[in-house]
Amino acid sequence: MNLNIFYHFGRFLLLVKQSLTRPENFRMYWNETMRQMNDIGIGSLVIVGLISLFIGAVTAVQFSYQLGDSFVPMYYIGYIVRDSTIIELAPTITCLVLAGKVGSNMAAEIGGMRQKEHIDAMEIMGVNTASYLFLPRLIAALFTIPLLVSLAAFIGVGGGYLASVPTGILSDADFVLGVRSFFEPYNVFIMYVKAFVFAFLLTSVSCYQGYFVKGGSIELGQASTNAVVFSDILILFFDFLIALLLT
Amino acid sequence: MIRADKIKKSFGSAEVLKGISVELEQGKNNLIIGRSGAGKTVFLKILVGLFMPTVGDVWYGDTNICQLNKKELKAIRREVGMLFQGNALFDSMTVEENVRFPLDMFSNMTRGEKQKRVDLCLEQVTLKGSNKKYPGEISGGMQKRVGIARAIVLNPKYLFCDEPNSGLDPKTSITIDELISDITKENNITTVINTHDMNSVMEIGDKIVFLHLGELAWIGSKDEVLESDNELLQDFIFASPFLQKLRNAALNR
Repeated sequence: MNLNIFYHFGRFLLLVKQSLTRPENFRMYWNETMRQMNDIGIGSLVIVGLISLFIGAVTAVQFSYQLGDSFVPMYYIGYIVRDSTIIELAPTITCLVLAGKVGSNMAAEIGGMRQKEHIDAMEIMGVNTASYLFLPRLIAALFTIPLLVSLAAFIGVGGGYLASVPTGILSDADFVLGVRSFFEPYNVFIMYVKAFVFAFLLTSVSCYQGYFVKGGSIELGQASTNAVVFSDILILFFDFLIALLLT
Repeated sequence: MIRADKIKKSFGSAEVLKGISVELEQGKNNLIIGRSGAGKTVFLKILVGLFMPTVGDVWYGDTNICQLNKKELKAIRREVGMLFQGNALFDSMTVEENVRFPLDMFSNMTRGEKQKRVDLCLEQVTLKGSNKKYPGEISGGMQKRVGIARAIVLNPKYLFCDEPNSGLDPKTSITIDELISDITKENNITTVINTHDMNSVMEIGDKIVFLHLGELAWIGSKDEVLESDNELLQDFIFASPFLQKLRNAALNR
Protein backbone atom coordinates (compact mmCIF):
# COMPACT_ATOMS: atom_id res chain seq x y z
CA MET A 1 0.00 0.00 0.00
CA ASN A 2 1.41 3.35 -1.02
CA LEU A 3 1.28 5.63 2.00
CA ASN A 4 2.41 8.72 0.12
CA ILE A 5 -0.56 10.71 1.35
CA PHE A 6 0.28 13.93 -0.47
CA TYR A 7 0.63 12.13 -3.79
CA HIS A 8 -2.79 10.53 -3.36
CA PHE A 9 -4.40 13.72 -2.10
CA GLY A 10 -3.01 15.71 -5.04
CA ARG A 11 -4.13 13.10 -7.55
CA PHE A 12 -7.54 12.96 -5.86
CA LEU A 13 -7.92 16.76 -6.18
CA LEU A 14 -6.96 16.57 -9.86
CA LEU A 15 -9.57 13.85 -10.41
CA VAL A 16 -12.24 15.99 -8.73
CA LYS A 17 -11.21 19.03 -10.78
CA GLN A 18 -11.23 17.02 -13.99
CA SER A 19 -14.66 15.66 -13.19
CA LEU A 20 -16.26 19.02 -12.49
CA THR A 21 -16.57 20.08 -16.12
CA ARG A 22 -19.45 20.59 -18.46
CA PRO A 23 -20.89 17.18 -19.46
CA GLU A 24 -20.63 16.19 -23.12
CA ASN A 25 -24.27 15.17 -23.15
CA PHE A 26 -26.68 16.01 -20.32
CA ARG A 27 -29.11 13.22 -21.17
CA MET A 28 -26.42 10.54 -20.84
CA TYR A 29 -25.30 11.96 -17.51
CA TRP A 30 -28.91 12.18 -16.36
CA ASN A 31 -29.56 8.54 -17.28
CA GLU A 32 -26.40 7.45 -15.47
CA THR A 33 -27.35 9.52 -12.41
CA MET A 34 -30.79 7.89 -12.32
CA ARG A 35 -29.21 4.43 -12.59
CA GLN A 36 -26.86 5.23 -9.73
CA MET A 37 -29.69 6.66 -7.61
CA ASN A 38 -31.55 3.42 -8.07
CA ASP A 39 -28.48 1.35 -7.18
CA ILE A 40 -27.53 3.41 -4.15
CA GLY A 41 -31.01 4.29 -2.88
CA ILE A 42 -33.38 1.46 -3.70
CA GLY A 43 -30.54 -1.08 -3.57
CA SER A 44 -29.65 -0.15 0.00
CA LEU A 45 -33.15 0.22 1.47
CA VAL A 46 -33.34 -3.25 3.02
CA ILE A 47 -29.91 -3.27 4.65
CA VAL A 48 -30.26 0.31 5.95
CA GLY A 49 -33.77 -0.45 7.26
CA LEU A 50 -32.70 -3.60 9.05
CA ILE A 51 -29.62 -2.08 10.63
CA SER A 52 -31.50 1.03 11.79
CA LEU A 53 -34.30 -1.04 13.25
CA PHE A 54 -31.94 -3.14 15.34
CA ILE A 55 -29.72 -0.25 16.38
CA GLY A 56 -32.77 1.70 17.62
CA ALA A 57 -33.98 -1.41 19.43
CA VAL A 58 -30.58 -2.12 21.03
CA THR A 59 -30.25 1.53 22.12
CA ALA A 60 -33.66 1.39 23.84
CA VAL A 61 -32.99 -1.91 25.60
CA GLN A 62 -29.47 -0.87 26.63
CA PHE A 63 -30.61 2.44 28.09
CA SER A 64 -33.54 0.87 29.94
CA TYR A 65 -30.95 -1.41 31.57
CA GLN A 66 -28.71 1.57 32.42
CA LEU A 67 -31.59 3.63 33.81
CA GLY A 68 -33.12 0.72 35.67
CA ASP A 69 -32.11 1.65 39.22
CA SER A 70 -31.55 5.36 38.75
CA PHE A 71 -33.79 8.33 39.44
CA VAL A 72 -33.85 9.33 35.77
CA PRO A 73 -37.41 9.04 34.44
CA MET A 74 -37.94 6.08 32.10
CA TYR A 75 -39.52 8.26 29.41
CA TYR A 76 -35.95 9.54 28.80
CA ILE A 77 -35.44 6.33 26.81
CA GLY A 78 -37.51 7.83 23.97
CA TYR A 79 -35.54 11.06 24.15
CA ILE A 80 -32.17 9.24 24.18
CA VAL A 81 -33.13 6.92 21.32
CA ARG A 82 -34.31 9.90 19.24
CA ASP A 83 -31.25 12.09 19.79
CA SER A 84 -28.61 9.37 19.58
CA THR A 85 -30.22 8.15 16.39
CA ILE A 86 -30.45 11.60 14.82
CA ILE A 87 -27.05 12.91 15.86
CA GLU A 88 -24.90 9.84 15.56
CA LEU A 89 -26.34 6.47 14.73
CA ALA A 90 -28.38 7.24 11.62
CA PRO A 91 -25.74 9.22 9.68
CA THR A 92 -22.63 7.43 10.88
CA ILE A 93 -23.73 3.80 11.00
CA THR A 94 -25.70 4.16 7.76
CA CYS A 95 -22.70 5.65 5.95
CA LEU A 96 -20.28 3.08 7.37
CA VAL A 97 -22.59 0.38 6.06
CA LEU A 98 -22.96 2.17 2.72
CA ALA A 99 -19.16 2.46 2.43
CA GLY A 100 -19.10 -1.32 2.60
CA LYS A 101 -21.99 -1.91 0.26
CA VAL A 102 -21.99 0.99 -2.20
CA GLY A 103 -18.34 2.07 -1.92
CA SER A 104 -16.84 -1.34 -2.58
CA ASN A 105 -19.26 -1.80 -5.47
CA MET A 106 -18.24 1.52 -7.04
CA ALA A 107 -14.53 0.76 -6.70
CA ALA A 108 -14.97 -2.71 -8.16
CA GLU A 109 -17.19 -1.50 -11.01
CA ILE A 110 -14.90 1.36 -12.07
CA GLY A 111 -11.77 -0.73 -11.47
CA GLY A 112 -13.22 -3.50 -13.62
CA MET A 113 -13.90 -0.96 -16.35
CA ARG A 114 -10.28 0.19 -16.14
CA GLN A 115 -8.98 -3.37 -16.42
CA LYS A 116 -11.27 -4.32 -19.28
CA GLU A 117 -10.18 -1.18 -21.20
CA HIS A 118 -13.69 0.31 -21.05
CA ILE A 119 -12.23 3.55 -19.70
CA ASP A 120 -9.62 3.66 -22.50
CA ALA A 121 -12.39 3.03 -25.03
CA MET A 122 -14.39 5.97 -23.67
CA GLU A 123 -11.28 8.19 -23.59
CA ILE A 124 -10.65 7.46 -27.25
CA MET A 125 -14.24 8.31 -28.08
CA GLY A 126 -13.57 11.69 -26.45
CA VAL A 127 -15.56 11.11 -23.25
CA ASN A 128 -14.30 12.84 -20.11
CA THR A 129 -14.19 9.60 -18.14
CA ALA A 130 -13.36 11.25 -14.82
CA SER A 131 -16.55 13.24 -15.16
CA TYR A 132 -18.77 10.52 -16.62
CA LEU A 133 -17.78 7.93 -14.03
CA PHE A 134 -17.55 10.19 -10.98
CA LEU A 135 -20.10 13.00 -11.32
CA PRO A 136 -23.31 10.92 -11.70
CA ARG A 137 -22.26 8.75 -8.76
CA LEU A 138 -21.49 11.77 -6.63
CA ILE A 139 -24.75 13.56 -7.46
CA ALA A 140 -26.73 10.35 -6.90
CA ALA A 141 -25.01 9.79 -3.54
CA LEU A 142 -25.53 13.40 -2.41
CA PHE A 143 -29.27 13.06 -3.11
CA THR A 144 -29.99 9.56 -1.94
CA ILE A 145 -27.72 9.11 1.07
CA PRO A 146 -29.30 11.98 3.08
CA LEU A 147 -32.69 10.44 2.23
CA LEU A 148 -31.49 7.04 3.43
CA VAL A 149 -30.16 8.67 6.59
CA SER A 150 -33.55 10.37 7.22
CA LEU A 151 -35.25 7.03 6.78
CA ALA A 152 -32.70 5.38 9.07
CA ALA A 153 -33.48 7.96 11.77
CA PHE A 154 -37.23 7.27 11.57
CA ILE A 155 -36.75 3.51 11.51
CA GLY A 156 -34.26 3.73 14.40
CA VAL A 157 -36.83 5.50 16.57
CA GLY A 158 -39.38 2.91 15.43
CA GLY A 159 -36.97 0.17 16.46
CA GLY A 160 -36.64 1.77 19.88
CA TYR A 161 -40.43 1.85 20.18
CA LEU A 162 -40.80 -1.80 19.15
CA ALA A 163 -38.14 -2.91 21.62
CA SER A 164 -39.47 -0.98 24.58
CA VAL A 165 -43.27 -0.65 24.33
CA PRO A 166 -44.49 -4.15 23.35
CA THR A 167 -41.97 -5.69 25.77
CA GLY A 168 -43.30 -3.62 28.67
CA ILE A 169 -40.11 -1.65 29.37
CA LEU A 170 -42.19 1.52 29.24
CA SER A 171 -45.63 2.58 28.12
CA ASP A 172 -46.60 3.90 24.74
CA ALA A 173 -47.38 7.32 26.27
CA ASP A 174 -43.99 7.46 28.02
CA PHE A 175 -42.08 6.60 24.86
CA VAL A 176 -43.97 9.22 22.84
CA LEU A 177 -43.43 11.77 25.60
CA GLY A 178 -39.71 11.02 25.54
CA VAL A 179 -39.51 11.28 21.76
CA ARG A 180 -41.29 14.67 21.91
CA SER A 181 -39.18 16.06 24.77
CA PHE A 182 -36.27 18.50 24.44
CA PHE A 183 -36.31 18.42 20.67
CA GLU A 184 -33.55 20.53 19.07
CA PRO A 185 -34.05 21.09 15.32
CA TYR A 186 -30.35 21.95 15.15
CA ASN A 187 -29.58 18.25 15.68
CA VAL A 188 -31.37 17.47 12.44
CA PHE A 189 -29.15 20.04 10.74
CA ILE A 190 -26.08 18.24 12.15
CA MET A 191 -27.45 14.94 10.86
CA TYR A 192 -27.77 16.32 7.33
CA VAL A 193 -24.32 17.93 7.44
CA LYS A 194 -22.90 14.56 8.38
CA ALA A 195 -24.94 12.78 5.71
CA PHE A 196 -23.71 15.11 2.93
CA VAL A 197 -20.07 15.04 4.06
CA PHE A 198 -20.04 11.26 4.47
CA ALA A 199 -21.77 10.77 1.11
CA PHE A 200 -19.09 12.86 -0.58
CA LEU A 201 -16.31 11.01 1.22
CA LEU A 202 -17.45 7.48 0.53
CA THR A 203 -18.27 8.19 -3.13
CA SER A 204 -15.12 10.11 -3.98
CA VAL A 205 -12.75 7.77 -2.14
CA SER A 206 -14.34 4.72 -3.76
CA CYS A 207 -14.33 6.21 -7.27
CA TYR A 208 -10.71 7.29 -6.80
CA GLN A 209 -9.68 3.79 -5.72
CA GLY A 210 -11.42 2.22 -8.71
CA TYR A 211 -10.35 4.80 -11.29
CA PHE A 212 -6.62 4.37 -10.72
CA VAL A 213 -6.55 0.62 -10.24
CA LYS A 214 -3.69 -1.19 -12.00
CA GLY A 215 -2.82 -4.84 -12.47
CA GLY A 216 -5.17 -7.78 -12.14
CA SER A 217 -7.82 -9.26 -9.90
CA ILE A 218 -5.68 -9.05 -6.75
CA GLU A 219 -5.22 -5.29 -7.21
CA LEU A 220 -8.93 -4.93 -7.95
CA GLY A 221 -9.73 -6.70 -4.69
CA GLN A 222 -7.27 -4.44 -2.87
CA ALA A 223 -8.83 -1.34 -4.41
CA SER A 224 -12.25 -2.50 -3.27
CA THR A 225 -10.97 -3.16 0.24
CA ASN A 226 -9.09 0.16 0.34
CA ALA A 227 -12.27 1.96 -0.73
CA VAL A 228 -14.09 0.61 2.32
CA VAL A 229 -11.22 1.00 4.79
CA PHE A 230 -10.27 4.56 3.80
CA SER A 231 -13.91 5.64 3.53
CA ASP A 232 -14.61 4.27 7.01
CA ILE A 233 -11.54 5.95 8.52
CA LEU A 234 -12.41 9.28 6.90
CA ILE A 235 -16.06 9.02 7.92
CA LEU A 236 -15.08 8.44 11.56
CA PHE A 237 -12.51 11.25 11.46
CA PHE A 238 -14.96 13.73 9.94
CA ASP A 239 -17.64 12.55 12.37
CA PHE A 240 -15.37 13.67 15.16
CA LEU A 241 -14.50 16.91 13.35
CA ILE A 242 -18.15 17.80 12.71
CA ALA A 243 -19.06 16.99 16.30
CA LEU A 244 -16.25 19.26 17.44
CA LEU A 245 -17.19 22.11 15.14
CA LEU A 246 -20.98 22.00 15.30
CA THR A 247 -21.71 21.16 18.93
CA MET B 1 -2.38 10.24 -42.95
CA ILE B 2 -0.65 9.83 -39.59
CA ARG B 3 3.02 10.67 -39.15
CA ALA B 4 5.08 9.63 -36.14
CA ASP B 5 8.20 11.73 -35.81
CA LYS B 6 11.19 10.45 -33.79
CA ILE B 7 9.03 8.88 -31.10
CA LYS B 8 10.77 7.91 -27.89
CA LYS B 9 9.03 6.61 -24.81
CA SER B 10 10.50 5.71 -21.46
CA PHE B 11 8.92 4.28 -18.32
CA GLY B 12 11.29 5.11 -15.50
CA SER B 13 14.72 4.02 -16.65
CA ALA B 14 13.38 1.60 -19.27
CA GLU B 15 13.36 3.04 -22.80
CA VAL B 16 10.59 1.21 -24.64
CA LEU B 17 10.64 3.14 -27.92
CA LYS B 18 13.92 4.47 -29.28
CA GLY B 19 13.13 7.10 -31.89
CA ILE B 20 10.57 5.72 -34.34
CA SER B 21 9.64 7.76 -37.42
CA VAL B 22 7.01 6.43 -39.77
CA GLU B 23 4.21 7.59 -42.07
CA LEU B 24 0.95 5.65 -41.97
CA GLU B 25 -1.02 6.13 -45.14
CA GLN B 26 -4.65 6.98 -45.81
CA GLY B 27 -6.81 4.33 -47.46
CA LYS B 28 -4.36 1.61 -46.53
CA ASN B 29 -4.03 -1.09 -43.87
CA ASN B 30 -0.94 -0.10 -41.92
CA LEU B 31 0.23 -3.05 -39.84
CA ILE B 32 2.53 -2.78 -36.85
CA ILE B 33 4.21 -6.10 -36.19
CA GLY B 34 6.96 -7.33 -33.93
CA ARG B 35 7.75 -9.80 -31.20
CA SER B 36 6.25 -9.50 -27.73
CA GLY B 37 8.01 -6.67 -25.90
CA ALA B 38 8.94 -4.89 -29.13
CA GLY B 39 6.89 -1.85 -28.09
CA LYS B 40 3.93 -2.29 -30.47
CA THR B 41 1.19 -1.61 -27.94
CA VAL B 42 2.99 1.40 -26.47
CA PHE B 43 3.52 2.75 -29.99
CA LEU B 44 -0.16 2.22 -30.84
CA LYS B 45 -1.24 3.94 -27.61
CA ILE B 46 1.01 6.89 -28.46
CA LEU B 47 -0.46 7.07 -31.96
CA VAL B 48 -3.98 7.07 -30.58
CA GLY B 49 -3.13 9.66 -27.91
CA LEU B 50 -3.57 7.49 -24.82
CA PHE B 51 0.16 7.90 -23.97
CA MET B 52 2.26 10.98 -24.64
CA PRO B 53 5.73 10.32 -26.06
CA THR B 54 8.76 11.26 -23.97
CA VAL B 55 10.27 12.76 -27.13
CA GLY B 56 8.78 13.26 -30.59
CA ASP B 57 5.48 14.19 -32.21
CA VAL B 58 2.46 12.52 -33.73
CA TRP B 59 0.78 14.30 -36.63
CA TYR B 60 -2.79 13.65 -37.77
CA GLY B 61 -2.66 15.42 -41.13
CA ASP B 62 -1.40 18.89 -40.24
CA THR B 63 -2.24 18.63 -36.53
CA ASN B 64 0.38 17.71 -33.98
CA ILE B 65 -1.66 15.89 -31.34
CA CYS B 66 1.17 16.11 -28.81
CA GLN B 67 0.78 19.88 -28.69
CA LEU B 68 -2.99 19.89 -28.20
CA ASN B 69 -4.71 20.82 -24.96
CA LYS B 70 -7.27 18.43 -23.46
CA LYS B 71 -10.21 20.09 -25.19
CA GLU B 72 -8.57 20.01 -28.61
CA LEU B 73 -7.47 16.42 -28.08
CA LYS B 74 -11.04 15.47 -27.16
CA ALA B 75 -12.28 17.07 -30.38
CA ILE B 76 -9.79 15.17 -32.54
CA ARG B 77 -10.59 11.92 -30.78
CA ARG B 78 -14.08 12.07 -32.28
CA GLU B 79 -12.33 11.36 -35.59
CA VAL B 80 -10.78 8.20 -34.13
CA GLY B 81 -12.26 4.73 -33.78
CA MET B 82 -10.56 1.93 -31.96
CA LEU B 83 -11.03 -1.80 -31.72
CA PHE B 84 -9.49 -3.15 -28.53
CA GLN B 85 -7.81 -6.50 -28.04
CA GLY B 86 -10.40 -7.47 -25.43
CA ASN B 87 -13.16 -5.64 -27.37
CA ALA B 88 -13.95 -3.36 -24.38
CA LEU B 89 -17.68 -3.77 -24.90
CA PHE B 90 -19.85 -2.54 -22.05
CA ASP B 91 -21.28 -5.69 -20.46
CA SER B 92 -24.40 -4.01 -19.11
CA MET B 93 -25.43 -2.75 -22.54
CA THR B 94 -26.88 -4.68 -25.49
CA VAL B 95 -25.06 -4.89 -28.82
CA GLU B 96 -27.21 -2.06 -30.13
CA GLU B 97 -26.60 0.15 -27.08
CA ASN B 98 -22.86 -0.47 -27.30
CA VAL B 99 -22.76 0.65 -30.92
CA ARG B 100 -25.08 3.60 -30.20
CA PHE B 101 -23.03 4.81 -27.21
CA PRO B 102 -20.77 7.24 -29.19
CA LEU B 103 -23.82 8.58 -31.03
CA ASP B 104 -25.72 9.10 -27.78
CA MET B 105 -22.74 10.90 -26.33
CA PHE B 106 -21.73 13.13 -29.19
CA SER B 107 -24.26 13.38 -32.00
CA ASN B 108 -27.33 15.57 -32.32
CA MET B 109 -29.16 12.94 -34.33
CA THR B 110 -32.76 12.06 -33.61
CA ARG B 111 -33.55 8.67 -32.12
CA GLY B 112 -34.64 7.39 -35.55
CA GLU B 113 -31.48 8.62 -37.26
CA LYS B 114 -29.33 6.98 -34.62
CA GLN B 115 -31.20 3.70 -35.03
CA LYS B 116 -30.67 3.86 -38.80
CA ARG B 117 -26.95 4.47 -38.37
CA VAL B 118 -26.61 1.65 -35.81
CA ASP B 119 -28.49 -0.75 -38.10
CA LEU B 120 -26.27 0.26 -41.02
CA CYS B 121 -23.08 -0.33 -39.05
CA LEU B 122 -24.30 -3.68 -37.74
CA GLU B 123 -25.25 -4.66 -41.28
CA GLN B 124 -21.79 -3.65 -42.47
CA VAL B 125 -20.24 -6.07 -39.98
CA THR B 126 -22.89 -8.72 -40.83
CA LEU B 127 -24.45 -8.65 -37.38
CA LYS B 128 -28.00 -7.67 -38.21
CA GLY B 129 -30.45 -9.40 -35.89
CA SER B 130 -28.19 -9.46 -32.85
CA ASN B 131 -29.18 -5.97 -31.69
CA LYS B 132 -30.79 -7.00 -28.44
CA LYS B 133 -28.19 -9.52 -27.30
CA TYR B 134 -25.65 -8.76 -24.59
CA PRO B 135 -21.90 -9.15 -25.21
CA GLY B 136 -21.86 -12.19 -22.91
CA GLU B 137 -24.42 -13.93 -25.15
CA ILE B 138 -22.43 -13.76 -28.40
CA SER B 139 -19.22 -15.43 -29.64
CA GLY B 140 -15.73 -13.88 -29.60
CA GLY B 141 -15.86 -13.24 -33.34
CA MET B 142 -19.24 -11.52 -33.05
CA GLN B 143 -17.89 -9.40 -30.17
CA LYS B 144 -15.03 -8.29 -32.43
CA ARG B 145 -17.54 -7.28 -35.06
CA VAL B 146 -19.57 -5.31 -32.51
CA GLY B 147 -16.30 -3.59 -31.52
CA ILE B 148 -15.69 -2.71 -35.16
CA ALA B 149 -19.25 -1.43 -35.58
CA ARG B 150 -18.82 0.79 -32.52
CA ALA B 151 -15.45 2.02 -33.80
CA ILE B 152 -16.89 3.12 -37.16
CA VAL B 153 -20.26 4.45 -36.03
CA LEU B 154 -19.04 8.07 -35.92
CA ASN B 155 -17.42 7.79 -39.38
CA PRO B 156 -13.85 8.05 -38.11
CA LYS B 157 -10.95 9.25 -40.26
CA TYR B 158 -8.56 7.03 -38.32
CA LEU B 159 -9.21 3.43 -37.24
CA PHE B 160 -6.92 1.66 -34.78
CA CYS B 161 -7.11 -2.07 -34.13
CA ASP B 162 -5.17 -3.70 -31.32
CA GLU B 163 -4.69 -7.42 -32.02
CA PRO B 164 -8.00 -7.84 -33.87
CA ASN B 165 -7.41 -11.57 -34.40
CA SER B 166 -6.39 -12.57 -30.90
CA GLY B 167 -8.39 -15.50 -29.59
CA LEU B 168 -10.13 -16.15 -32.91
CA ASP B 169 -10.03 -19.24 -35.11
CA PRO B 170 -8.27 -18.87 -38.50
CA LYS B 171 -11.52 -18.67 -40.48
CA THR B 172 -13.01 -15.97 -38.27
CA SER B 173 -9.66 -14.13 -38.30
CA ILE B 174 -9.82 -13.95 -42.09
CA THR B 175 -13.39 -12.61 -41.92
CA ILE B 176 -12.34 -9.90 -39.45
CA ASP B 177 -9.30 -8.97 -41.58
CA GLU B 178 -11.44 -8.71 -44.70
CA LEU B 179 -13.98 -6.63 -42.85
CA ILE B 180 -11.37 -4.16 -41.58
CA SER B 181 -9.78 -4.00 -45.02
CA ASP B 182 -13.13 -3.38 -46.75
CA ILE B 183 -14.01 -0.62 -44.29
CA THR B 184 -10.59 1.00 -44.85
CA LYS B 185 -10.92 1.01 -48.64
CA GLU B 186 -14.61 1.95 -48.78
CA ASN B 187 -14.26 4.89 -46.40
CA ASN B 188 -10.70 5.83 -47.44
CA ILE B 189 -9.58 6.01 -43.81
CA THR B 190 -6.17 5.53 -42.22
CA THR B 191 -6.19 2.16 -40.49
CA VAL B 192 -3.47 1.09 -38.10
CA ILE B 193 -3.46 -2.54 -37.00
CA ASN B 194 -1.28 -3.95 -34.27
CA THR B 195 -0.99 -7.69 -34.91
CA HIS B 196 0.92 -10.93 -34.39
CA ASP B 197 -1.10 -12.74 -37.00
CA MET B 198 1.06 -13.73 -39.99
CA ASN B 199 -1.98 -14.44 -42.10
CA SER B 200 -3.08 -10.80 -41.63
CA VAL B 201 0.39 -9.64 -42.61
CA MET B 202 0.32 -11.55 -45.88
CA GLU B 203 -3.33 -10.86 -46.69
CA ILE B 204 -4.01 -7.23 -45.85
CA GLY B 205 -0.59 -5.68 -45.12
CA ASP B 206 -0.57 -2.69 -47.48
CA LYS B 207 2.14 -1.20 -45.33
CA ILE B 208 4.03 -3.18 -42.70
CA VAL B 209 5.99 -1.56 -39.91
CA PHE B 210 8.24 -4.06 -38.14
CA LEU B 211 9.45 -3.09 -34.68
CA HIS B 212 12.28 -4.83 -32.86
CA LEU B 213 13.32 -3.96 -29.29
CA GLY B 214 11.75 -0.51 -29.55
CA GLU B 215 13.33 0.37 -32.88
CA LEU B 216 12.01 0.48 -36.40
CA ALA B 217 13.59 -2.57 -38.04
CA TRP B 218 11.83 -2.68 -41.42
CA ILE B 219 9.09 -1.03 -43.49
CA GLY B 220 7.50 -2.41 -46.61
CA SER B 221 4.42 -4.04 -48.11
CA LYS B 222 3.22 -7.66 -47.99
CA ASP B 223 4.67 -8.18 -51.48
CA GLU B 224 8.11 -7.13 -50.29
CA VAL B 225 8.19 -9.42 -47.27
CA LEU B 226 9.26 -12.52 -49.18
CA GLU B 227 12.12 -10.79 -50.96
CA SER B 228 13.37 -8.91 -47.93
CA ASP B 229 16.86 -9.81 -46.75
CA ASN B 230 16.18 -8.41 -43.27
CA GLU B 231 17.07 -11.38 -41.06
CA LEU B 232 15.09 -10.13 -38.06
CA LEU B 233 11.97 -9.85 -40.20
CA GLN B 234 12.50 -13.26 -41.80
CA ASP B 235 13.05 -14.84 -38.37
CA PHE B 236 9.89 -13.26 -37.07
CA ILE B 237 7.55 -13.88 -40.00
CA PHE B 238 8.77 -17.38 -40.84
CA ALA B 239 9.37 -18.52 -37.30
CA SER B 240 7.81 -21.97 -37.73
CA PRO B 241 9.41 -24.72 -39.84
CA PHE B 242 6.11 -25.06 -41.70
CA LEU B 243 6.17 -21.42 -42.84
CA GLN B 244 9.88 -21.72 -43.71
CA LYS B 245 9.04 -24.60 -46.06
CA LEU B 246 6.27 -22.57 -47.65
CA ARG B 247 8.61 -19.61 -48.17
CA ASN B 248 11.30 -21.78 -49.71
CA ALA B 249 8.74 -23.39 -52.01
CA ALA B 250 7.46 -19.96 -53.06
CA LEU B 251 10.96 -18.65 -53.72
CA ASN B 252 11.99 -21.77 -55.71
CA ARG B 253 8.94 -21.56 -57.93
